[in-house]
Amino acid sequence: MDKTVNQKAWFLVLPVFLVVAFSAVLPLMTVVNYSMQDTFGNNQFFWNGVGWFKELLDPSTDLGGRFLASLGRNLFFSLVILAIEVPLGIVVALSMPRHGWTVAACLVILALPLLIPWNVVGTIWQIFGRPDIGLLGYTLNAMGIDYNYVSNAVDAWVTVIAMDVWHWTSLVALLCYAGLKSIPEAYYQAAQIDGASRWAVFKAIQLPKMNRVLLIAVLLRFMDSFMIYTEPFVVTGGGPGNSTTFVSIELVKIALGQFDLGKAAALSLVYNLIILIVCWIFYTVMTNAGVERKAQAEEEPAAERKPAGVLQPAMALKAKEGVA
Amino acid sequence: MARIDLVDLAHSYGGNDAPQESFALKPVTMTWRQGGAYALLGPSGCGKTTLLNVISGIITPSRGKILFDGKDITPLSTQKRNIAQVFQFPVIYDTMTVGQNLAFPLKNRGVPKAEIDKRVAEIGRLLDLEPYLNRKATRLTADAKQKISLGRGLVRSDVAAVLFDEPLTVIDPELKWQLRSKLKALHRELDLTMIYVTHDQTEALTFADTVVVMHDGRVVQSGTPAELFDKPAHTFVGYFIGSPGMNILPAEVRGREARIDGHAITLNRSYDNLPDGAKIEIGVRPEFVEVVTSAPGLLSAKIERIDDLGRIRFARTRLGDVKLAARAPAGFTSSDGTAGLKFDPSHIHVYADSLLVEGAA
Repeated sequence: MDKTVNQKAWFLVLPVFLVVAFSAVLPLMTVVNYSMQDTFGNNQFFWNGVGWFKELLDPSTDLGGRFLASLGRNLFFSLVILAIEVPLGIVVALSMPRHGWTVAACLVILALPLLIPWNVVGTIWQIFGRPDIGLLGYTLNAMGIDYNYVSNAVDAWVTVIAMDVWHWTSLVALLCYAGLKSIPEAYYQAAQIDGASRWAVFKAIQLPKMNRVLLIAVLLRFMDSFMIYTEPFVVTGGGPGNSTTFVSIELVKIALGQFDLGKAAALSLVYNLIILIVCWIFYTVMTNAGVERKAQAEEEPAAERKPAGVLQPAMALKAKEGVA
Repeated sequence: MARIDLVDLAHSYGGNDAPQESFALKPVTMTWRQGGAYALLGPSGCGKTTLLNVISGIITPSRGKILFDGKDITPLSTQKRNIAQVFQFPVIYDTMTVGQNLAFPLKNRGVPKAEIDKRVAEIGRLLDLEPYLNRKATRLTADAKQKISLGRGLVRSDVAAVLFDEPLTVIDPELKWQLRSKLKALHRELDLTMIYVTHDQTEALTFADTVVVMHDGRVVQSGTPAELFDKPAHTFVGYFIGSPGMNILPAEVRGREARIDGHAITLNRSYDNLPDGAKIEIGVRPEFVEVVTSAPGLLSAKIERIDDLGRIRFARTRLGDVKLAARAPAGFTSSDGTAGLKFDPSHIHVYADSLLVEGAA
């Protein structure tokens, strides 16, 4: 365990420092710098302290109102698409074939929406939903349903949600399918022997075995939908009014539309913070699940030798779960 | 609880039109009586698991019928068949407690709650799972998991049979011994028909009162351990059961005499009508051949080595191209590497094309 002292080794790390500094630290610090100041152009800046942040979090101001409203819309959007895509993805995965050439066919069809660039997805749905030339819009109107995503907020929401479901349910389905494929055949045979109904098989075998991939699916879909920009921007442009303006769209409006750099910088820092916190929560939950599994593997040899002694405290801890 | 009859049952994974030689399970007709403890013994790939899965309904047979108490249940699904099966690797529903795991087969069949609790408590007691019943079924040792799987197999009192598919493969040798004794005790206590698949002869012979030996998709013999040992119906049984296995020697048999390399060995019975053109062999277990100092009139063999098993010593010898194991009495040594072989005539069997031929007295 003798460590050679060689200070020259620092030079090997230097390139990484430089790259990270120029690609991440400096831009971020610039944003922090902007968030503390106000500018009226001409490269003249005035110190504003935490003023933008105070305004941002105060719903009675214009900035705060817009931010909190778009944040609310964004959270609602994420919840709705999770509530639709996760169950739907599970159902799709369950109904997929398990053997033969149909497996490959299903996988290709499912992967198609995932391969389309986001602005193209937006364009597809924008045209698809148009009442004059779009297949969906025209058909709905011909059936007597008054559908127009440009003028009606509910229609706009329905369109944006349908688009996201169409675009991303495949991802959830593919992840679930991978989880299902990893269940050994013996589990299904044992369930047959035990006389389990289809529902009981799902509840006792398939769902528990899928929970890890489901966690990943929820994480990915939450993150993606929370920073959604391109598709709703292309389809509705945030309208009608502000009804489909999500946080990222609001941010772009303030930063590039109004050129309010200070407000935009404050907003993007808070936005970033929210995403970091959510990431951290998910990361903790997922690693904890992993730790539990590892502990279980380590406990096994110990439990083997002296089952009663080792298990008593664990039983006391587990009693509540057992009832549940 | 039922008698299980297999009538002309066969299965091929390649479909019914495949040539019969390729069938995983060749046509078999046999009866499993109620309350028996059976072992299905054979090497890997001989069709044991196929036969088991056909009985439990996981596989629908290509041909033939399965009768439970005379009633044809071949088309019924596994769920409706009233059979329990335990698999090679433990299957645990890990969101449930151990008790709920045991109760699962009963709950699915709508058994009343009081009855379920009673059965679960009883099986928990029999398998020493009582302290675990309210625990989550995760974080358990491999043998505890397999005990739960066994418990789920045994918990239903009305099953036609409980099938075990090499259930102790994942268990440590010492616990294996305990669990096997436990199963044997459970068999006596619960009065269930049990069919136990294994490729381990010790396991089969200690567990079962009837051992069914399979070879290459065929049932070659079914009988008590003693029958299999004393009178193997097929050279494969002789070779597979016993350690070391039976010696099989090509011979010419005429009347009461077998000739090996021109040397005559007297037989206890007379074999006059052996089929023409068949491959004739004699089989004798190593326990009934003794190596002695070479002497005129005795078949002479070359000694390759002597294995000392503690209780008994076996000499590994060679007769021309054929290997032969024989008992080496205490104090036996050979100065020149050869020995004479002394056969016990009452334990020599004659096989024609691998099948046992009964001689006339």
